[in-house]
Amino acid sequence: MSAVVSKIREPLVTGSKTYHQITEDLVGPTEKTPSVEWIIGFIIALSCLGFGVFSIAWTIWFGIGSWDLNRTIGWGWDITNFVWWVGIGHAGTLISAILLLFRQKWRTGVNRAAEAMTIFAVICAALFPGIHVGRAWVVFFFFPYPNTRGPLWVNFNSPLLWDLFAISTYFTVSLLFWYTGLVPDFATVRDRAKGIRKKLYDVLAFGWTGSAKHWQRWESLSLILAGLATPLVLSVHTIVSFDFATSVIPGWHTTIFPPYFVAGAIFSGFAMVLTLMIITRKILNLQDYITIAHIESMNKVILLTGSMVGVAYLTELFVAWYSGYVYEQFAFYNRALGPYWWSYFGMMTCNVITPQFFWSKKIRRNLNWTFALSIVVNIGMWFERFVIIATTLARDYLPSSWSYYVPTWVEVGIYIGTIGIFFTFYLLFTRIAPVVAIAEIKSILKAGGNQYVGENATHHKEHAH
Amino acid sequence: MAEFRSQEVLYGLYNDEEILMDAVKVANEKHLEIMEVFTPFPVHGLDPLLGLTESRLHIAGFIYGMIGTLTAFLFMTWVFTSDWPAVFGGKPYWSIPSFIPITFEVTVLFAAIGMVVSFYIVCGLGPGVNNPILDKRITDDKFCLAFQTNGASEEEIETLNKFFNDTNAEEVSTKII
Repeated sequence: MSAVVSKIREPLVTGSKTYHQITEDLVGPTEKTPSVEWIIGFIIALSCLGFGVFSIAWTIWFGIGSWDLNRTIGWGWDITNFVWWVGIGHAGTLISAILLLFRQKWRTGVNRAAEAMTIFAVICAALFPGIHVGRAWVVFFFFPYPNTRGPLWVNFNSPLLWDLFAISTYFTVSLLFWYTGLVPDFATVRDRAKGIRKKLYDVLAFGWTGSAKHWQRWESLSLILAGLATPLVLSVHTIVSFDFATSVIPGWHTTIFPPYFVAGAIFSGFAMVLTLMIITRKILNLQDYITIAHIESMNKVILLTGSMVGVAYLTELFVAWYSGYVYEQFAFYNRALGPYWWSYFGMMTCNVITPQFFWSKKIRRNLNWTFALSIVVNIGMWFERFVIIATTLARDYLPSSWSYYVPTWVEVGIYIGTIGIFFTFYLLFTRIAPVVAIAEIKSILKAGGNQYVGENATHHKEHAH
Repeated sequence: MAEFRSQEVLYGLYNDEEILMDAVKVANEKHLEIMEVFTPFPVHGLDPLLGLTESRLHIAGFIYGMIGTLTAFLFMTWVFTSDWPAVFGGKPYWSIPSFIPITFEVTVLFAAIGMVVSFYIVCGLGPGVNNPILDKRITDDKFCLAFQTNGASEEEIETLNKFFNDTNAEEVSTKII
């Protein structure tokens, strides 16, 4: 390959890998027996999942009264968690689709795991509206299907229905995109496997052969799916923000919501990718594929989107004051100084101040700092959704209906349960599928391998012929 | 790939995609008819050498997307103007702006599902499919160039073997698939 590579660009794959070594390194983790860390992590995740299932069963049995929501605060932890999980899901598509369109080759190191994370996060998110409606057994009423009630159709003008379409489409497209990318890698695993594993991967690999025509179609498909997923991912959080923005609640009824939600989603999504990748690369020994340069790139995205979120917060405050509308002004006064001041304080500290540390190159390239800050960002983005939802509802137009809300163990249990679902699926994924896209890493090796770039740029030309 | 079955194949394995590409160029010069090339990853620049025309998946994707657009928009129009007209917030029955989000989502959904299903069908891939594999290392680090040798004369096979030798193939084998 005669790709033109800048001499100052950092290598994307270190350790002077050969194609065969890449296969060994990336398929290896699915072939070995699980490590002790994996087993402990899996047991913890499974226990959280079990507690979540118990809490959901409790909710369905006793009704959502067990959540202590009231007439004033009708949305609490449930919708907070829903928006939080959907937001986390956004990084995967951003990395795999938008960065593919921008030809950012560093995406190959992290796209597989980030996309998996997207799918698991959307599963967690989709759970909440399903159980929030109270009668989970008639949840199919959400969908427009011919029925004997008229047929009485759903309200296509409602943002909540748009949300249903957005989330279902997003989940389906992400799953198709992810799986199609996985098929050639499953074939790699299949061709090394024996016995029962061979049978499993025979099915998973869909009979992939690696024919040149198939690769051509595969690349064409990936590119178009990326082109479709790019506006899709932006539309999903835009529509989530419509759930709030189209209402007439002060503090929600703002036009800034769509871009602000999308930036926040990418911000929290990258934080979650970093949290997971820093652990994954260490446990699976993937330091040569997910290098410090990858982490620095992701930190730059966090810095950018975090600053956008910060500007949005300040714009909201300014516009509330400038509008001269007392209810809007009160909504923001109440967020900062009302009964939930602590969550506003948490949101501001975690989301506005923390990402600014990443102006420093040393911090961007420091694993401990990055790991700690990524967790802070995750917490901050949870606070943001809580501030928007519960704080705003607690003080509505009529002081007589003002209220305060504390979640019960059931709501906390469901939240812990979704974290359990997320990590259970993620841990299973690391056992079944190669965590880094093997074929894509091989295809960028000669443009990004450390033996081919920088000072060694001429070295390989002498060697290849 | 239905015609792929029960064929005699003579194939060579190469160690690097650049060596493979050079070999394909030589084969083209000598007018040897390549049956198929298998690689562990997409090799750019190989398609024109093999005379592969651009994939038409994107055209199919556009058509699927348009079907989605029409399905969603016409369905919502029918529901709210004819089947069960209802007033929401004093807006007209046929309130086009509020149909846009769902129309967009369904367009993307139809295009994506349609293209992925088409991809698997035209490639002959899918759950339960077991296509014959020439060498297990093709999905690892070997680049394979295959010729069909059904009814080939000894002379022709000799030419092919010489070709593999001249183009630095690592291994040459035959297989009936």
